[in-house]
Amino acid sequence: MAFAGRRDAPEPPDFGILKRLARDQLVYLLEQLPGKKDLFIEADLMSPLDRIANVSILKQHDVDKLYKVETRPAPGASDQFCFLVRPRVRTMRFIADVTCDEWSFYLLPLDEDIISMELPEFFRDYFLEGDHRWINPVARALQLLNSLYGPFGKTYGIGRCAKMSYELWRDLEDESESEVQGRKPEIGHVFLMDRDMDYVTALCSQVVYEGLVDDTFRIKCGSVDFGPDVTSSDKSIKVLLNSQDKVFSEIRNEHFSSVFGFLSQKSRNLQAQYDRRRGMDIKQMKDFVSQELKGLKQEHRLLSLHIGACESIMKKKTKQDFQETIKAEHSLLEGFDIRESTSFIEEHIDRQVSPIESLRLMCLLSITENGLVPKDYRSLKTQYLQSYGPEHLLTFHNLKRIGLLTEQSAGDTLTAVESKVSKLVTDRAAGKITDAFNSLARKSNFRAISKKLGLIPRLDGEYDLKMPRDMAYVFGGAYVPLSCKIIEQVLERRGWQGLEEVVRLLNGNEFCVSDSAVEDNPACESQRVILAVFLGGCTFSEIAALRFLGKERGCKFIFLTTAITNSARMMEAMIEAKG
Amino acid sequence: MSRVRADEEEYWHSSKFRAFTFDDEDDELSQLKESKRTVNSLRDIVDDDDDDLERVSWSGEPVGSISWSIKETASGSTSSLDGRDSSLQKGSSSYAALPKQGSSYSLSSLFKVESGLLHATQLCPSLSALSDTGVKSYAPELRRPRAEYKDYSSDWSPKDTVRRMQRGKVCSLERFRSLQDKLVLLDEAVAGHDGNVITAVLIFLKRTLRREILFRELEVRQVALCHLIHFLREMGEQKFLLDLLRFLDRTEEVALSQYREHLNIQDVEKRREFLKGCIGLPFSAEDTSHIQDHYTLLERQIIIEANDRHLEMAGQSELFRKYPRKASILNMPLVTTLFYSCFYHYTEAEGMFSSPTNLKKTFKIPDKQYVLTALAARAKLRAWGDVDALLTTKNWLGYTKKKAPIGFHRVVEILQRNNAPVQVLQEYVRLVEDVDTRLNLATKYKCHDVVIETYRDLKDRIQLTAYKDKVERGSAEEEKIHSILSNMVRNAYS
Repeated sequence: MAFAGRRDAPEPPDFGILKRLARDQLVYLLEQLPGKKDLFIEADLMSPLDRIANVSILKQHDVDKLYKVETRPAPGASDQFCFLVRPRVRTMRFIADVTCDEWSFYLLPLDEDIISMELPEFFRDYFLEGDHRWINPVARALQLLNSLYGPFGKTYGIGRCAKMSYELWRDLEDESESEVQGRKPEIGHVFLMDRDMDYVTALCSQVVYEGLVDDTFRIKCGSVDFGPDVTSSDKSIKVLLNSQDKVFSEIRNEHFSSVFGFLSQKSRNLQAQYDRRRGMDIKQMKDFVSQELKGLKQEHRLLSLHIGACESIMKKKTKQDFQETIKAEHSLLEGFDIRESTSFIEEHIDRQVSPIESLRLMCLLSITENGLVPKDYRSLKTQYLQSYGPEHLLTFHNLKRIGLLTEQSAGDTLTAVESKVSKLVTDRAAGKITDAFNSLARKSNFRAISKKLGLIPRLDGEYDLKMPRDMAYVFGGAYVPLSCKIIEQVLERRGWQGLEEVVRLLNGNEFCVSDSAVEDNPACESQRVILAVFLGGCTFSEIAALRFLGKERGCKFIFLTTAITNSARMMEAMIEAKG
Repeated sequence: MSRVRADEEEYWHSSKFRAFTFDDEDDELSQLKESKRTVNSLRDIVDDDDDDLERVSWSGEPVGSISWSIKETASGSTSSLDGRDSSLQKGSSSYAALPKQGSSYSLSSLFKVESGLLHATQLCPSLSALSDTGVKSYAPELRRPRAEYKDYSSDWSPKDTVRRMQRGKVCSLERFRSLQDKLVLLDEAVAGHDGNVITAVLIFLKRTLRREILFRELEVRQVALCHLIHFLREMGEQKFLLDLLRFLDRTEEVALSQYREHLNIQDVEKRREFLKGCIGLPFSAEDTSHIQDHYTLLERQIIIEANDRHLEMAGQSELFRKYPRKASILNMPLVTTLFYSCFYHYTEAEGMFSSPTNLKKTFKIPDKQYVLTALAARAKLRAWGDVDALLTTKNWLGYTKKKAPIGFHRVVEILQRNNAPVQVLQEYVRLVEDVDTRLNLATKYKCHDVVIETYRDLKDRIQLTAYKDKVERGSAEEEKIHSILSNMVRNAYS
C-alpha cells in the first residue's frame, strides 16, 4: 500500500456483530436442552463469557445454577448438566460419557480495534511444545472475519505458524460454498506474524499508559481491578478500559510522562465546568442538572480513578528502581555497556527483587546478544537458582528450548548444522529433518536486524515524547518495535522486495499472496484497513505503536491476537508449575 | 531580580536540566497530587449515588456478572437463578447420545458445549441479531443438522478423513489397519496443520501399534513426535514418556522429567530421598552440581528446621522470642536460607550447619551475594555495629577502609529500608561515588550535610539557594548554606 499523503484514517468495521453471533449461538445451544439445567463453566472462560452474555440471558434460557468446572454439583440439583469448556485433554477426562456440541466462539472484541482469541496458552503450546492444536481456531477465525468483513485483498505473513494458519484457512475457504465475491470489503489486507519473529519488543518494560497499567495491574479481558490504593477507599473497583472511557481513550497511547499534564488539564477543566453553577439562575441550573451533570459525574469518576492509578504506578515503579531498569534495557537494545548491564542483572538476581523480572532481563540480554557467553550463562543461572530456588532448573531448560535464553557456543554449532541441513534439503519430505531443529534455539540476530531496519533512532537532542516523531516513542524514543517496523516496511513496499536480508536474518517463512479475484482499488477506503494478526500474543505497546503509524499514514489497524501479552505473562508461561 | 556580576556568573555552573524520570517521586508527583486535590475537592458535589461504572458492560448494558454469580454458587449460597420452575417439561427431551467409538472423537473445535442430554435435530438457530441486518446470507453456518457430524460410511481416503476431522466431524479410524495406512494417515494429519487431529491420530496409533514401531516411526516425524510428547506430559503418562525419551536417546530430558516429579512430593523426608536419587541421573555436569546442591540444601534445612523449632518452642532464646519465625525454612531458596541464618545464627562458629559462614563455604556463595544478604539481615535487626564491621576492611598496614562490593548506593538503600537513623545513613551516603546518585540519595533521605557539601563542590548556586527552603529555618544547615554562598565567590577571586 502506498502511503499517499496524510489522510484521515478510516473508521473500523463494527465488531459488535461478533458478540451477537457468539451470544446467539450460545442461546441456540442452550435451547437444545429444554428445561432446567445447571451450567458448568471453565474458570478461564468466565471473563470472556461475561463480555458477551449475562446472568439474565442465561436465566431466560432455563439455566438454574452456575458452577466452575472443578466444583461438584449439589445433589438434587437439575438433572441436566451443560459444560462450557475448551477442548483440553485434561478437562475432557473429568467429563465422562457425554455428547459434544461445538460453540464457535473464537473471537472476543475487546475494543473497537482489538479482537482477542483469549488463548494465552497458545504461546507455550505452540512455541515451546510445538503443538499445533490452536492453528485450526486461527484459521477458522480468519475464515469468519473474511466472510463478515472481507474479502481480503492481500495477505502478508512471516513465521511458520503464520504460514500454516494461512494454508489451513485457504483450505477451509476453498471448500466453503459461501460467496464473498462482489461484496464491498471492510478490511483490505491481512498481516500475520509469529511472536517469535520479535521477542525483544514483548520483553521490554512498557511505558505507554495502557501498557503500564497492564504491567502493573494486569488487564484481564479488557477490564482491570483497581485496588484500594487506587480508589482511595476500602473497596476494589472493576473498570472496563476501552475507547468508551473518555479519559482513558485519550491517554492510553501516550507515553507516561505526557499523562500527568493531560490529567491536570482535564481536572482543571472539570473544575471550571462545575464552577459555572455559581452564576446560574434556577432555569439554567435545571438544564445543567438534567443535561450536563451526569456526564460530568462520569468524567469525575474516571479522572479520579486514572489519577489514582498514576499515583500507584509511580509509587510502585519508584520502589522498583524502574528508572535504572529502563536504563539497563536501553543499553541492551543499543548494544552498549553490556558488561554493566550484566552486572545490573546479576545484582537484580542477588537482591531477589522479583523472579519474573530477573528472568525477563536475562532473556532480553540473551536475545539481543545472540545468547549469553557461557561464563555469564553459568554464573547467572547459578545465582538465579540460589536466589529463587533450584527447581528453576526446569525453567532454564524451557527457556533454552524456546530460544529465549541460550548459551552462545552451543547456539553457534547448532546453527551451522541447521544451515547445512536446510541447504541440502528443500522439498517437503526433508521438512521432517529440519523440523528436528524447530524447537531448538534459533539465532535471534537482533543486532543485525536492528541495524538493517534502523530500530534505534539516532538522537539529536531530547526526544519530545509529547510530539512523537516515530513509533519509538512507545519506548521513550529509544527503540522502534521490531514487529511494527516489519509491518510498516512490508505495507510500504507492498511486499517483501528489498527486505531479503531482513527476512534471511529472521529465518524466512515470509509470504505475500494477492487474491486475484479482489479488485485492487486504492481509492477504496477498505484498502486502508489492515488486520494485524499476532500469533502468540501482542502487547499494548505494539498496539499503541501501530495506532500511531495508522494515524500518520491515514490507515487503520485492527488487531487480532491470540491473547494480549506482556513480558511477565511470557515469562510465567515458561515457569514449571507444581503439578 | 537582582543583577549578578559577570564574574560571579562564571564561577557558578548552570543548573542541570532534569528530564522526566520514574525516580523523582516528589517533582513528578506534585502535578499529579494537584490534580488529585482538584478532583477530590469536587467529590462532595459528585458523590451521592450510583456506582454505574461497576455495572456497565462494554455494550453499555448493565451486567449481572456471570463470574460474580459463580463465586456466589461456590461460596455455598446456592440459590437458584430463578426460583420458580420453568414451564417447559423436562420429560420432553429425547436422548440422543452418540455411540462410543474408541478413537473417533475430534478435539478440533475451540469451544464445545457438552451436554448430558441433547435434542437431536433442531435446525433453526436463533439468529435474532442477524436476521434484520442481512448478514445471515454470508455469515458462516452456525449449525448443521447433527447427523452431518456423524459418519458411518467408511471409505474415506486418509486425506478426506483428516479433512473431515478438521471440520469437527466424527470419523472412524479403525479401518486404517496396515502400518502403511496408519502412517499415511499420520502424515496427512501433520500436513493438515491441525494439532488436535494429529493428537487424535496419535492416540489411535498408540493404541494399535507396538511401542518400538511407533517410536521408530516418530523419530523421523518430528512434528508428530512433539505432539505425542506434549500429550503424554498432559496426561501424566510418565512411564511411557520416559520410555520414548530413552528410545530417542534424549538423556537430559529423561533426567529433567524425572527430577520434575519432586515437585509433587510434599513430605520433606521423601522429597530428600527422591532428590538423592536424582543426583545419579544423566544431567549435564553443570546441572548435576545444581541437583547435588538442591539435595544438600534440603538436607541442611531439615536439620536447621528441627533445631530451631525446638529452640523456639522451648522459649529460651531471646532472638526467637522477640522475632518469632514467620514460616518454616524448608524448601526455601539458598539465599533465603542464608538470610535466615544471618538473622538467627549470625555469630555461630563455622562448624555449625546453621552458621552463615558454613553456608557460604558449602555452597560457594560469592562475596557480593554474601555481603548483600548479611547486610539486609543485620540491618533488619538494627545491628549497626555488625553493618559497620561487614563493610570495613583492613589493609596489610592495619589501616581500615570502608568497602562495599555491592556499591554504597545499595548499602544506603538497604539501610534506609530498615529505617536506619540519619547519622548512620549519612555516613554511607557520603561514600557513594557517583555525584548524581549521591545527590539524589542525600536529598531523598534528607542527609542535609551531604547535599550541601555536594552542591558546594559542584559550585551549583541555584540548587544550593533553592535548598535553603528544604532545611529548617534557623538551623545549622541553613547557616552553613549562607556561609558557603557568601564566602565562595570571594574565596575564588581573592
